[in-house]
Amino acid sequence: MQVLTRSIPLLITGLAGLVMILSAFFPYTSDWGKIAGNFFNIIAAFAFVLGGGNLLKIHLKKVSDQSEGWGYSGVILVCFITTLVVGLGKLGAYPNPDFPNVRLSGETQSSGGFWWAYEYVFKPLTATMFSMLAFYVASAAFRAFRAKNFEAILLLGTAFIILLGRTFAGVLVTGFISPDGPLGGLRLEELSVYVMQVFNTAGNRAIMIGISLGIASTSLKILLGIDRSFLGSGD
Amino acid sequence: MNATSEPMTGSQRAIWAVVVLVIVALVIVRSMIGTGMGRVYVEQEDMAFVQLAASVDDASESVSEPKWVRTNSEQGKTYLDRNPDANVIGWMEYTQVDPKAYFVQEAASANASTASTTTAAAGPGPIMLSWPRTIGLWVAAFFTLAIFSFLYRDNPFYKFAESVVVGVSAGYWMVIGFWDVIVPNLIQRLNPWFSQQFFTPGMELPATMADYWPNLYYLIPLILGLMLIMRLVPKCGWFSLWPLAFIVGTMAGLRMVGYIEGDFLSQIKASIIPLYEEGSVTTTPFRTVWSTIWASLANILIVIGVLATLVYFFFSIEHKGVVGGTARVGIWYLMITFGAAFGFTVMGRIALLAARIEFLFDDWLWLIDPNEQRTIVESAVGLLM
Amino acid sequence: MIKLLTNLDRRWIFLAMALCVAVPILVIGLTGKTIPETPTPLAEAFFNEIDTAGESKGRRGHVLLAFDYDPASAGELSPMAISLVHQCAQRGLRMYFMSLWPVGPQMIDESISKVIDRHYPELVYGEDYVNLGFKAGNEQVIKVMGIDLTTEFRTDTKGTPLQQIPMMKGMTSLEDFDLIAEISAGYPGTKEWVLYSATQYNIPMVSGMTGVQAPLMYPYYPGQLKGLLGAIKGAAEYESIVNVWVREQKFAEALVAGGMDEAKAQEVAAKLMDKPAQVSTWTESAEAADLDPKTKAELITIATAPIPGEFLEGQRRMGPQLFAHLLMVLLIILGNVVFFAQRRQGGRS
Repeated sequence: MQVLTRSIPLLITGLAGLVMILSAFFPYTSDWGKIAGNFFNIIAAFAFVLGGGNLLKIHLKKVSDQSEGWGYSGVILVCFITTLVVGLGKLGAYPNPDFPNVRLSGETQSSGGFWWAYEYVFKPLTATMFSMLAFYVASAAFRAFRAKNFEAILLLGTAFIILLGRTFAGVLVTGFISPDGPLGGLRLEELSVYVMQVFNTAGNRAIMIGISLGIASTSLKILLGIDRSFLGSGD
Repeated sequence: MNATSEPMTGSQRAIWAVVVLVIVALVIVRSMIGTGMGRVYVEQEDMAFVQLAASVDDASESVSEPKWVRTNSEQGKTYLDRNPDANVIGWMEYTQVDPKAYFVQEAASANASTASTTTAAAGPGPIMLSWPRTIGLWVAAFFTLAIFSFLYRDNPFYKFAESVVVGVSAGYWMVIGFWDVIVPNLIQRLNPWFSQQFFTPGMELPATMADYWPNLYYLIPLILGLMLIMRLVPKCGWFSLWPLAFIVGTMAGLRMVGYIEGDFLSQIKASIIPLYEEGSVTTTPFRTVWSTIWASLANILIVIGVLATLVYFFFSIEHKGVVGGTARVGIWYLMITFGAAFGFTVMGRIALLAARIEFLFDDWLWLIDPNEQRTIVESAVGLLM
Repeated sequence: MIKLLTNLDRRWIFLAMALCVAVPILVIGLTGKTIPETPTPLAEAFFNEIDTAGESKGRRGHVLLAFDYDPASAGELSPMAISLVHQCAQRGLRMYFMSLWPVGPQMIDESISKVIDRHYPELVYGEDYVNLGFKAGNEQVIKVMGIDLTTEFRTDTKGTPLQQIPMMKGMTSLEDFDLIAEISAGYPGTKEWVLYSATQYNIPMVSGMTGVQAPLMYPYYPGQLKGLLGAIKGAAEYESIVNVWVREQKFAEALVAGGMDEAKAQEVAAKLMDKPAQVSTWTESAEAADLDPKTKAELITIATAPIPGEFLEGQRRMGPQLFAHLLMVLLIILGNVVFFAQRRQGGRS
């Protein structure tokens, strides 16, 4: 069992990683990278199936146990299965006009019940959920941003420059400064560009350099079999 | 966020009932004013195809495959005249149009009935109200309001909407994964004959078996993919370790090279810049000087910032003395960075909210019409009249 | 007052935010007025990079348009996407659409129907633009595309094999594109395209992105990213550049159709664009003496025609943005007032 659950997976990891690294440097091996990548992308599509299956398993159990909120689990199941049936069966979707006799030949997303589910259910729901954050960020601004010390003032000051400088408010507030004069750079809209391209760039660049080293070392640990956490705690 | 999840009291129920009633009343009033609200119109087109039988062209001795053409094309019409029993397939296709197109059509038909001249509507077919889409629009508006209702407090409408989005999106990813990846990249390769018949009629079959054999490599991702799904079966979970190992390995290999090259080396290179830079504004000597000062200062500040922030991240040395001072400057840079991130995040979130409110006002309530979907251009109506 | 603010129910803040966004939308929607935009260098760089795509190879630019976003971020990104397609269509570039996000094809369809179907119906699918659709696998898709295009993308979204699509002829890998234009809402997005295509193969790349990502991507400009649009402000700036330029192009087109030579037409178009209100006076000037009345009438129509609503989406959204930002600033200040007042009271007791 140890061979199946430890040795072989570690071998696969090492080899797969080696192929990807080699293919970046040697033209002869680039086809190997292409095939490995292509395989990866197909497995990634299976991951969607796994996600759906997992959802089905969890909520079927909730419904059968009639645990708290099982009615909502029922809603999830009904929506999941309906979308699946409508989408896999391309119900109501138009076939490809070049092959009108092959019913499943048309585009998946642009017509029929699946399009309806996107346009009138998926789109409004996901878009509205994300838009709610506008309210919470306002509430957080009122409660959490305190000018307690110099660092906090820097943070708040920058936020003000960006919030005002990236709208017409910047022009209204500092419009009196001549854009051609020596202090033209202090106009809020200019200042917001300067902050982004100088201070923000410098800070994020340092973060980027740090993270890239971190990712490179973690990757190396995984490929060499030092970090085995992804295989679970079976050791 | 969950501070309000205790059961509702009687008075709270009453408030909810009042709020819902007020919304319903306002919507009813709105629907009676002017052109009304929340309708979707479509243009109908009859898509009918006739199958031309295989034929032999005597002149060139070429055999044409049986093929499908539109019944309203020249070729289709003549063929159908000669062979009335030919195989015909068809469906109705609906294309969404702006409501103003429907208003124009209505005005034209009203005009035609009074003036006794018949005017054909423009476009391929009649424009009509689409019930599925109109219902859909109202469903979308309901879901939008249901999610927003959470701002007041948690409630069954919100919970229902949340459950719907979970179910639909999981189904959505699966369907897309199947049709966009598994069918063309896996099934079509492993069994092109089956796939051509049912899924991908446009794809060519391998000419010879020798062309086909290499496709069998694709049994590997099929097996790995199935092993991944075995995770759902109790006791067979360890099967998924193999595809997982493959996923982790390829990702690690790809990322290691990508991050070293794209982030580490490129960003260091991008930080090695001249500290003196001539400004871009050179209209007068005075402005050239100032422009140069701003540009050079920018470069100097970038270099100082990157170095100072890196020193701050360097935890192996105690942050004391010069190192401590430099690290402090690094913290200042980071604070400005976070402030900028906050400002930009706010900007993004508000745009998303604006888009949702535009949907309610424009598509559903027909209060505003920025894209001129309903405002009839006077001259167009005038022409018809 | 302070006590009232301390115990302020957050729902009042929610209401204030809702009003700050809803009222400007209503006002702008009813009046049709938008706030003027002054483009920043990043948006100009974005525009110029697309404008010159393909010039170094002396051919019609081949642009890969990667739309990696979904409805959740469409409020910020679809104005960028629409202006991007607008510019490419007007410039006559070949557009190759694709997405690494499952819902991306819907975003592509929306842009195609709003821009190409409505305003550039003369463009031919398969010759001027093609929709390659979605592929799963995130950055691995980019990696495979860098080596070979058809391994991953075997057909377009209509199911036509790529070999049968005229504009795919000679396109074998990412290196055959003159420019990558990415619209990104997160992972996979700008970062992945920069790391695995722009850096590795040295392909020019521009990107529009959400506000959350934009600050993180600034270090890539101007090295690995040639242009960058951040959040709705970036979208509005770019939109205004494109709208002005498109009108100028239309002036030039009308002048060329009226018999003027191309170089002169560009020069005159730029002059007309400076003062569109005075186009009708110009048509009576000596310079316009050679033009026939039809061309003159067309020039006046171009000068006075309103910009279609879909090309003003970003600029319209800057109205609610302004008021909501002011509210945010006010809230932060009020929050601090409460905080310091409480601290002083605490100190006293």
